[in-house]
Amino acid sequence: MSLLDIEDLWVRFPTRQGVFDAVRGVSFSLGRERLGIVGESGSGKSMTGRAILRLIRKPGIVEASHVNLEGRDLLKLSEREMREVRGKQISMVMQDPKFSLNPVVTVGEQLMEAYLQHNSGSKSRARKMAIEMLENVSIRDAERVMRAYPHEVSGGMGQRIMIAMMLIPNPKILIADEPTSALDVSVQRQVLNIMDGLVKERGMGLIFISHDLNLVSEFCDRVLIMYSGRIVEVCEANKLHQAQHPYTQGLLNSLPRLDDTRTHLSVLTRDPSWSSAPSVRG
Amino acid sequence: MTALEIKDLDVWFGQTHDRVDAVKGANLSVMQGESFGLVGESGSGKSTILRAITGLAPQWSGTIEVEGQALSGAKRDRVFFRTVQMVFQDPYASLHPRHTVDQVLSETLHLHGLDNIDIRVAGLLDDVGLGQRFRFRYPHQLSGGQRQRVAIARALAGEPDILLLDEPTSALDVSVQAEVLNLLADLRTKHGLTYLMVSHDLPVIAHMCDQLAVMRNGEIVEVMSSETLRMGNPRHEYSQELLRASVAPQ
Repeated sequence: MSLLDIEDLWVRFPTRQGVFDAVRGVSFSLGRERLGIVGESGSGKSMTGRAILRLIRKPGIVEASHVNLEGRDLLKLSEREMREVRGKQISMVMQDPKFSLNPVVTVGEQLMEAYLQHNSGSKSRARKMAIEMLENVSIRDAERVMRAYPHEVSGGMGQRIMIAMMLIPNPKILIADEPTSALDVSVQRQVLNIMDGLVKERGMGLIFISHDLNLVSEFCDRVLIMYSGRIVEVCEANKLHQAQHPYTQGLLNSLPRLDDTRTHLSVLTRDPSWSSAPSVRG
Repeated sequence: MTALEIKDLDVWFGQTHDRVDAVKGANLSVMQGESFGLVGESGSGKSTILRAITGLAPQWSGTIEVEGQALSGAKRDRVFFRTVQMVFQDPYASLHPRHTVDQVLSETLHLHGLDNIDIRVAGLLDDVGLGQRFRFRYPHQLSGGQRQRVAIARALAGEPDILLLDEPTSALDVSVQAEVLNLLADLRTKHGLTYLMVSHDLPVIAHMCDQLAVMRNGEIVEVMSSETLRMGNPRHEYSQELLRASVAPQ
C-alpha cells in the first residue's frame, strides 16, 4: 500500500504579471521505496517537496485533488494538526546545514528538542535518544558533538546531525531536498550511505530531490524527471541511462564524462512542447 | 614558454596559535596555452593558490612567477592585471547588483586604461555569446549562466593571457554548465589563453584540462595528465579514492 498519494498538485504564486505556476498538476504515489525527483533549478522539484508539508509561504497557494498520507488528506488538516504531521509523520532534510541549524543553540539541545517535541519523556531520556541517534549516523564522539555549536562542526557532520534530528521522531517518510549538494564528493557518499541504511532499516519512504542524475540513479529505486513544473518522465533508477524523453537524454549528454574525449559538450536544445505536454503520472 | 611557475608555495592565514597553513610547499608549472586543473575537497587549498597569485591571500612565501616575472607580497601592478584575470565561483555574488552589464564592463575597460570603450563592450558581449540586447540589463535580470558569461567578459576585458577559473560552473545546472564550458574552450582556442582551473568535479577537469594536480590538506599529492586520469591510472591512493567517488557505477 502506498504511504503517500498525490493527485493533481499545483503550486501557484500570484505576481504583478499574473499567476505563476511553479508546479503544474503533478500526480504520484510513494510506497516504502526511495523515490528520486530530478530536474534543473526552477523545475518545481523543491516546491513539490515543500508543498507536501504545506511549507509554501504566502502568497503562494497549494492546490490538489488530494495529498493523502495513509488515507488522510493533508490539505484538509488545520495548521495545528499539520504541526503534528511535520516531523512525526513526514520529515524534511534541507540542503545546507549552515542555514538549517540554529547557530546559537548547541547541537545537543536541538536534537533533544526534536525528541521532546513529539514524545513526552524526561530530559535524560531525550539525551540518551539524541546520543544514540548521533551514533547511528556514524558520529563517533557523540558526547562532544552534543556540546558543540553548529559552527564548530564540519559541513558533512552538520548534514549528518540534520539527518539524525529528522529521524529522531521516527517519521514514516523522509523528504531530502538536495541533502548532499553542499558537500564534497567523498563525504557525499558517506552521508548518503548512512541515510540509505537508516531508511531501509526502518522501512521508511524516501523522497530524494536532486539535480544530480548520476547520484539519483545510484541511490533511488524510481525516478521522476521534472521540467517546468511537470513530470515529463518516470523510470526505474537503474535504467535512467536508457531514458526516452529528449530532455532526460539532453541532461545526460550535457555531462562531461571521464570515458569520452569530446572537445565540445552537447548543449540542450529546449523544445516548447516539453512544457505543454501533460504531466506523467509517477 | 612557462606562463605560470609556482615553487615551494606556502600560504597561511592568521598568526601564531591561530595560524592555519592553507597551502604547504606547492610546486606546479603551467605552459603557455596549456589548461591546468586543480582538484581536491573543500579546504584542500586549491582556491587559496589562485588567491595567492592574485594577491588576495597576502601571507605567502615561496616563488610565484608569471611569464617569467616574480611576484612579491600582495600588491599587483597594472601589467599583472592585464596578464592575469580571475573568474569567481558564484556569479550571483561577483557582480554588483546595481550596475548594468554595460557599467561593469566599461568600468573595467576604463581601469585597464583602454580606449574605444563603446566598441570594446560590444565586442566583449559578442565574444561571450550574449549579444547587444543584454548590454543594459542588471544582474537580477540575467540567469546564472548569463551572469557567468558577464563575469567571463569582464575577465577578458584587459585582454589577459592567463585566466584563473575558480569553480566557474559549480553553481550552474548541468545543461548551462555545458554551455559555459564550451564557451571557455572556444575562448581558449580563439585568444590562445592559458587556464588554471579549480574544481571539485573530476569529469569537468578531465574535460577542460591537459594536466591536473590533486590536492589534499594543502599539499599537492600528485600531478598527472588528464589521460592518466581517464585511463583510471592515478598513482596516489588519495587520487584513486577521489576517482572512485566520482565515477557512477553503471
